[in-house]
Amino acid sequence: MIRALVGWLDDRLGAAPFLRSALRKAFPDHWSFMLGELAANCFFFILASGTYLAFFFHPSDAHVVYHGPVRSLDGRTMTAAYASILRLSFETQAGLLVRQAHHWCALVFAAAVVTHMSRVFFTGAFRKPRELNWLIGVTMLLLVIADGFTGYSLPGDALSGAGLRIANAVALSIPLVGSWLAFLAFGGPYPTAELTARLFPIHILFIPALLATLIGAHLSILWHQKHTQFPGARQRENNVVGSPLWPTYAVKSGALTLATFGILLLLGGLLEINPVWEYGPYDPWTTASPAQPDWYAGWLEGALRIGPRWAIHIGSHTIGAPFWPGVVLPLALFSVLYAWPFVEAFLTRDRAEHELLQFPWQNPLRVSFGVWALGIGGSLLAAGSDDVQARLLHVSVQSLDWFDRVELIVAPVIAAVVAWSVCRELQSRHAHEKPERVLLYRNREGGYEEG
Amino acid sequence: MIALLAATLSLAVVSSDLDRRGADLYAVNCVTCHGADLGGTANGPSLQGVGADALDFYLSTGRMPLEVPGTEPLPAPPLFGREQISALIAYVLAHGGDANAQIPQVRASDDLARGRVLFEENCQACHGARGDGAVTGFGWIAPPLNPDDPTQVAEAVRIGPGIMPRFGPHEIDGGDLDALVAYVVSLRKPPDAGGFSVGSAGPVGEGLFAWIFGVGGGILLMLLVGETLKRT
Repeated sequence: MIRALVGWLDDRLGAAPFLRSALRKAFPDHWSFMLGELAANCFFFILASGTYLAFFFHPSDAHVVYHGPVRSLDGRTMTAAYASILRLSFETQAGLLVRQAHHWCALVFAAAVVTHMSRVFFTGAFRKPRELNWLIGVTMLLLVIADGFTGYSLPGDALSGAGLRIANAVALSIPLVGSWLAFLAFGGPYPTAELTARLFPIHILFIPALLATLIGAHLSILWHQKHTQFPGARQRENNVVGSPLWPTYAVKSGALTLATFGILLLLGGLLEINPVWEYGPYDPWTTASPAQPDWYAGWLEGALRIGPRWAIHIGSHTIGAPFWPGVVLPLALFSVLYAWPFVEAFLTRDRAEHELLQFPWQNPLRVSFGVWALGIGGSLLAAGSDDVQARLLHVSVQSLDWFDRVELIVAPVIAAVVAWSVCRELQSRHAHEKPERVLLYRNREGGYEEG
Repeated sequence: MIALLAATLSLAVVSSDLDRRGADLYAVNCVTCHGADLGGTANGPSLQGVGADALDFYLSTGRMPLEVPGTEPLPAPPLFGREQISALIAYVLAHGGDANAQIPQVRASDDLARGRVLFEENCQACHGARGDGAVTGFGWIAPPLNPDDPTQVAEAVRIGPGIMPRFGPHEIDGGDLDALVAYVVSLRKPPDAGGFSVGSAGPVGEGLFAWIFGVGGGILLMLLVGETLKRT
């Protein structure tokens, strides 16, 4: 069947040589090489579910009077966007299922990207010649966060309205251009009547198109450069050991794709997410508590909650306090992420090409830095839900914030030191191990040769 | 004439009986902090000028008596029954309480939409969209609302316990109060239209589930299909 199809395509496109080699392309068998596919599957799912949602969502802040099955909102004046979300959720076939699966997918998408990047980072897969794909990957993480935030902000509920208010305050705090920038982006002093109409095309067109382009570039580069692989008995710098794309890897990949869709639909069908009908429509004087953003933006929220209150007045100009945790810190963190491959090459003076991965313990410096960075992100994320933790731990939010400030400085460093010593310990154990097993084959002449 | 006399006498007996029981209960449970003359001590505020609504609220929600003086009074299983509460209220009112403040009478209302607007504007910021409660800062807690007792909800609105603002009839009139209480009662059974609620703590719980089921489940599948279906 495949042979016939390849033949048919070859007659028309002359594609047989390419397809023949493509179908035989080797994919490494280690499970962690599928983390990126999990992220890609989420992208496909989020496109499909988002398209369905776009049929019913009205990106408008015009005021309408709602009449419908949510009794406590009957007769209420609200934005057309919020009303269409209520209709989508309660009066549209499969609307709530798809909306919830879409939102779950956004959370899983970002989590899969972070997990995939961690695998790439800790095994040194970003080293020469793959720095470009690392840069593209960091950019895609930024885009996933941005697309998540714009989507979360579309319904115009009390929770996301408060989130947009924070984003507006952060924009306003930027020195010199802050006010102009905030007015330009939001179309006036927040809340404005144009915001949803602006967020919508950014959320459903601009960022997804960028993402699709970058995914294409990411995969083309991957295809061209071929996979990295863990060192092993048969793995060398100049080969790729694994399963062929057809049929083994295609079956694996297809199974994972379908299973991902299954998990997302199960989550969407069984677990309630972002119940905007409970939060109510946004008015500037209302809010809900406890409140946090989605997890991928939670570290930014945490930075704002425990960040320094430095409002600097220079003459008649003010640099607002949100500038440091809300703009400087994320810029610094992402700059470090972008720069790491080059920083590491500079520090280790390693300019060689690497097709073989390192086991994490082989590079204590990289591992400790990675653990430190994840520790910073995790600590900030934790600080972003201080309201929930204070309730659970029966302490005041203010004391918890002070704990978090100290923890942010101390804990990631301790974790990095621990990671460093674990790596060194593993290194010394491996140094005493027997050398790698070599397979010897006896040939027809009775002699031996390496397999 | 005799009947009237008997009635008056019995009323006086009942009344003085109630008063004595109130005095006994007060002496055992309240006097340490609120003082013998109800004027308050270093441990607790004065009860002079306090009305039946506040007394009923603090006693029937189990906030009083307080186990550790000086801590935030929080809902607990009430120590006193209805009669004992009435006795204590009678005692306090007879010794300097505010006889004008009445326990609010809540009438049934089906104006959920009006109730919800009032709830969103005045209550939701601290008590949460589901009335589950939340922290308010400096160790204070906005406790979960009790939709099973509409009177308690109405009392809390009127007296403003702890750091909660007090809402008099000028802010929230009788009809509005009925609608507000009706909305709080309707929160008892949140519709959970989207399926099982993940803790109603907001997106933090959702993120946790996304990591566990999304990435965790995904990795489990990778281990299953990735490591089983190897090149033979």
